[in-house]
Amino acid sequence: MATATAQTTGKPPQRELERRMLRQMLLIRRFEEKAAEAYALGKIGGFCHLYIGQEAVAVGSLAALRDDDYVISSYREHGQALARGMPATAIMAELFGKATGCSKGKGGSMHLFDAAKRFMGGHGIVGGHIPLAAGLGFAIRYRGEDGLCICYFGEAAVNIGAFHETLNMASVYKLPVIFCCENNRYGMGTAFERVAAVTDVVEHACSYDMAAELVNGMDVLAVYEATRRAADRARKTGGGHPTLLEVRTYRFMGHSMSDPLHGVYRTKEEVEEQRKRDPIAQLAGKLKDEGALSDAGLDALDAEVRAEVEEAVRFADQSPDPEPAELTAHVLAD
Amino acid sequence: MPTLTYRDALNQALREEMQRDPNVLLMGEEVGVYQGAYKVSRGLLEEFGSMRVVDTPIAELGFAGIGVGAAMGGLRPVIEFMTWNFAVLALDQIVNSAAKILYESGGQIPVPIVFRGPNGAALQLAAQHSQAWESWVSHIPGLKVVAPATPADAKGLLKSAIRDNNPVIVLEGEMLYNVKGEVPEGEHVVPIGRADIKRAGRDVTLICHSKTVTVALKAAEQLAEHEGASAEVLDLRSLRPLDEEAIVGSVTRTNRAVVVEEGWPQAGIGAQVVDVIQREAFDHLDAPVLRVTQADVPMPYNRQLERLAKPSPERVVAAARRVLYLD
Repeated sequence: MATATAQTTGKPPQRELERRMLRQMLLIRRFEEKAAEAYALGKIGGFCHLYIGQEAVAVGSLAALRDDDYVISSYREHGQALARGMPATAIMAELFGKATGCSKGKGGSMHLFDAAKRFMGGHGIVGGHIPLAAGLGFAIRYRGEDGLCICYFGEAAVNIGAFHETLNMASVYKLPVIFCCENNRYGMGTAFERVAAVTDVVEHACSYDMAAELVNGMDVLAVYEATRRAADRARKTGGGHPTLLEVRTYRFMGHSMSDPLHGVYRTKEEVEEQRKRDPIAQLAGKLKDEGALSDAGLDALDAEVRAEVEEAVRFADQSPDPEPAELTAHVLAD
Repeated sequence: MPTLTYRDALNQALREEMQRDPNVLLMGEEVGVYQGAYKVSRGLLEEFGSMRVVDTPIAELGFAGIGVGAAMGGLRPVIEFMTWNFAVLALDQIVNSAAKILYESGGQIPVPIVFRGPNGAALQLAAQHSQAWESWVSHIPGLKVVAPATPADAKGLLKSAIRDNNPVIVLEGEMLYNVKGEVPEGEHVVPIGRADIKRAGRDVTLICHSKTVTVALKAAEQLAEHEGASAEVLDLRSLRPLDEEAIVGSVTRTNRAVVVEEGWPQAGIGAQVVDVIQREAFDHLDAPVLRVTQADVPMPYNRQLERLAKPSPERVVAAARRVLYLD
């Protein structure tokens, strides 16, 4: 019955949706674990920020959006890229700096792009991409379309001026943007409460007369439902409205591959406690409890995504480096 | 040919490009209801409406970034900064977003956007409002930079900038907005990357751009009148890309050069021009190249001190006399 109700409101059948989300979260988890291995082997250089622990945010939110909606994110964007449906092969190849990467090996881990999928990048300056999201929303509104842009950023970006300038203008201009703050509690090694006077990010929406919602980021279905509500507000005919979502999540790894998992800024016990809220385990547990997934079924799904990740690594390994001529290509457009 | 002010030439370029392409829009502080802080956007709100002539809060970083995002989404925004002094607040969006997204996306996402507004000193506005930023912005790969000196070039270069598929910085001048000159009607497009000889000469090349073109032209007159020296005035017009061929061509003929700019001396546009000359015209030089810049100080408020700080025809003449070995 639930399925029938869901179908009448335009949602995919609930079980299908849940299984798809479980698969995507598992894919991200296995992809990131493999990226960590490849980083340790020196196959990935520079900064590499993993998404482990936060999978429910990208997966739940993007499941609620259309393929023609814009997506833009920070440098911790492997999860959103995968959830948007960018091929794991092209993403891994980009991490490896290869010519077959989604940014031709010129962007790396922090700058994944796929124009065809309307994935408008990973951006490396904290909060710097937040105005870009409003600009994409502006372009949609300018053309009178009913699309939207979702913008992912961490809670540390809330202390940046760009966040406040953009929320104000998005509200004044009524732009169809979902500002999705992934509050994982730490900006690198600094706890949010140590550097933020207002620690509930949702409260900032009051300053900009904006709709807001606090969401449990370890519950993929809660993220999905909140994003659907935000999307409905954005798409409203005759001018949509932006929404600020504060999605409370937790990063199970260090800030980047070069940073410790715990130590001076958080305890091992805290990380272990948080791991009990693992979003993948929660959804798998729910499906098992409801008789929709067996242990064997989960193992099979896991084997399937592991194979996909293995293939991505193989593809990245075997792909060529960019030609030297690529050095000077694409500085300017024709 | 009609005579227009520099301000109205820019207005004409904006109007014509907005009529030509529905994706072109203007965004900035006071551009709409107030008709522009310097009236460059006069009448555009009435003609094109508030979706295309967008008043913004005083939030340079924010609206510059919204412009970049809109360009990523297929529009062609023109972002007006009330002055380039305030654009410094938006440098992250200009440098880290606009200039880099095409490259870091492997060529997938162009950013066709114009950032424009008055640059350099006006009169007695003191240190924070009297700065020339061309050496900052022209340092950045991924940007194009133009600095028109005449109404005709202002129209033609702004039109080129709007049609370009890259971020283009257009440096105008508060002291130039009232300057009058002949401006071709309709389709008048000045290609980016081409310098222009504003006065032909044989004995020394005065290399300049924007407001210093007027300074150099006055100096050339004085050199002709008092020294019997024939100075060529080469207006760079574009600072990135720099028209190296025109620079080398002129210096090869005159064998002497003075570079004039409003900016500070260290790592200035003149330093770049001198590098071009020493590499490509070394054997043609009869004297070291000299530079005339703003004094290496924050701009003082006092009228006399300000005059001392700015490049003047007298300082250009003095430099030209030295390279001509007249001293």
